[in-house]
Amino acid sequence: MPAPITQIVNVRVLLFASYAERLGLETVRVALPASATVADALDHVRSLPGGERIPPRPLCAVNLAHAGLDTRLTEGDEVALLPPLAGG
Amino acid sequence: MAFLSATPLDLTALIARVESPARGAVATFLGLVRDHHGGRAVQRLEYSAYAPMVEEECGRIVAEAETRWPVRVALEHRMGGLEIGDAAVAIAAGAAHRDEAFAACRFVIEEVKRRVPIWKKEYYADGTVEWVGAGAALVGDTPAGGPAA
Repeated sequence: MPAPITQIVNVRVLLFASYAERLGLETVRVALPASATVADALDHVRSLPGGERIPPRPLCAVNLAHAGLDTRLTEGDEVALLPPLAGG
Repeated sequence: MAFLSATPLDLTALIARVESPARGAVATFLGLVRDHHGGRAVQRLEYSAYAPMVEEECGRIVAEAETRWPVRVALEHRMGGLEIGDAAVAIAAGAAHRDEAFAACRFVIEEVKRRVPIWKKEYYADGTVEWVGAGAALVGDTPAGGPAA
């Protein structure tokens, strides 16, 4: 089998409100395999200290729009993990 | 025009933005800070937001309302610390007739609550502090176009 082409996408994951407080972080920089999805970025954040308190299927956004966990990520994407919304 | 405001909301100014000689109806909504939540006395609260996405998502909601009905919509949401009775969100929807004005105004507040990334930290009279909704059950997956209702 040929060796897989190893490409990386670098994304920024933003945390807000209760999630940011749980991790003590507002931004996490993650390097993921080229085929990575939002779920992979989430897995990384949930593996950090305090990250287990983020639910397995939170609301997510990519580049300022709501996005599902299966959304593919590309270089430079801004992923956001959104706690339950409470505007209005 | 920014949707997030660090200063008190001015409903009169929002109404002025949707008035015109052809519009015979303006429906408005004001969301105010309440002094109780879940049976607990609230003293004050703080809104925080994913500001760039708030601007995008509010823009999409207003555009959707203006596509669905022949209306003009103005919308603003407060940021930062608010006291009891302060206006947290203000909406004005202007239309030729009241049916479209009411429908669009209702649509916009429901979509704001469902889709716009704003969070509320409540400070209670007993000295405790909580992010509203943070203790709730897990949030579901997000279909394209917005979170599940």
